[in-house]
Amino acid sequence: MSAKSLVSISDYSKEQILRILDLATGFEACPNQRILEGKVAATLFFEPSTRTRLSFETAVNRLGGKVIGFSDAATSSSTKGETLKDTIKMVSNYADIIIMRHYLEGAARYASQVTDIPIVNAGDGANQHPSQTLLDLYSIRKTQGRLEGLNIALVGDLKYGRTVHSLLMAMKHFPSTFYFVAPEELAMPAEYKQFCRDNGIKWHETSVFSQEIINQADIIYMTRVQKERFTDLVEYERVKNAFILRNNMLDNSRDNLKILHPLPRVNEIAQDVDDNPKAYYFQQARNGLYVRQAIISSLLDLV
Amino acid sequence: MADKSEMQVKALKNGTVIDHIPSDKLFKVVSILKLDKIDSEVTIGNNLTSRLMGRKGIIKIADRYFEEDEINRIALIAPKAKINTIRDYEVVEKKIIELPEEISGLVRCVNPKCITNNEPMEPCYRVVGRSPLTLKCCYCEHTMSQEEIKLL
Ligand SMILES: [Zn+2]
Repeated sequence: MSAKSLVSISDYSKEQILRILDLATGFEACPNQRILEGKVAATLFFEPSTRTRLSFETAVNRLGGKVIGFSDAATSSSTKGETLKDTIKMVSNYADIIIMRHYLEGAARYASQVTDIPIVNAGDGANQHPSQTLLDLYSIRKTQGRLEGLNIALVGDLKYGRTVHSLLMAMKHFPSTFYFVAPEELAMPAEYKQFCRDNGIKWHETSVFSQEIINQADIIYMTRVQKERFTDLVEYERVKNAFILRNNMLDNSRDNLKILHPLPRVNEIAQDVDDNPKAYYFQQARNGLYVRQAIISSLLDLV
Repeated sequence: MADKSEMQVKALKNGTVIDHIPSDKLFKVVSILKLDKIDSEVTIGNNLTSRLMGRKGIIKIADRYFEEDEINRIALIAPKAKINTIRDYEVVEKKIIELPEEISGLVRCVNPKCITNNEPMEPCYRVVGRSPLTLKCCYCEHTMSQEEIKLL
């Protein structure tokens, strides 16, 4: 029954990924186009995420579409015990596309099976958030001119960080070398290292965020190291300052280096990095707008 | 030489014999194959002595044949089961159970935050490893090892 939907980054082939990035380039050049005129997008946020919702809603608004929806489950009928299926079927009567975020994993996949309008997964629990992955790829390609042959350091929480997992999954199409930099308790899970072996992705692993790694990186992708992820609080105290990026650590880094972060940050990137031209995380977030415009218009066959 | 335990159940003219079912899974096999809802003659033997597995169960179903997809649904609980097709008292085909690529229902996802544990819906898994058995939830994408697999 499912129309074209974007539930997981692994649903997209290399060609489909590149097509979205190319479309996004066009939207960046010209973000206000009335191609969604007369269309209604529903943003169903069963779990609140203001940042993601605003990005999607801006994408629709700038393309001339209308938005309906709710921003947290407390205002939706799911608190009255309505099943997800019923909510999706009801909204499908009104909207042309559904953008949804849910606290349950697999919710978007299930939604895509019970409706015949496209579903965009804007995050399902700890599982998938494919528009984030596509905007990460867009940011890498835009700043480096390519996706292949790069040195990419993933730093911080590599165990629970779904953005870095999805990025790895997508990068199987674009051979680069990865550096997994994480405290031992938050190391990259074995299944993702196996995924790298199975797909010929080169990787190195370390628990030391060293100057050497910074100096040879083209991309440093920072993530939050959260206290609640540690079972051993002594370990947390020991490592909490070891995965912070400070401006003076970038003195001998490559000219083309860019710092990425999915945001929001806590303290893992010191404020003094923000003014360094190598800091790219705010532009990265803005790129999300163009990528989401590309996703929506592509799923609706309007481009 | 015929196994004496085979003779404890009367011979079948036409139909299917499912042999080498673990004794503690026999009634689960009955319910998965919905044998409690059919009209034809069903003969069940359980806790029979087996050289291969200690104790085993056997089910004989008269005038009923199974499609591969249908019978393979018991692969998770009776992986060593043997399926004999009988026509006119003769075994005309012997099949072993094969784990399908995809399993619908039957198993509870190990992830409590999975949509399948929170909506009235049928779970679904891809078999991503055979020995040891590993399933991947089609919804939340969690992988489950043999020890984590719990039947619904
Ligand atoms: Zn699941």
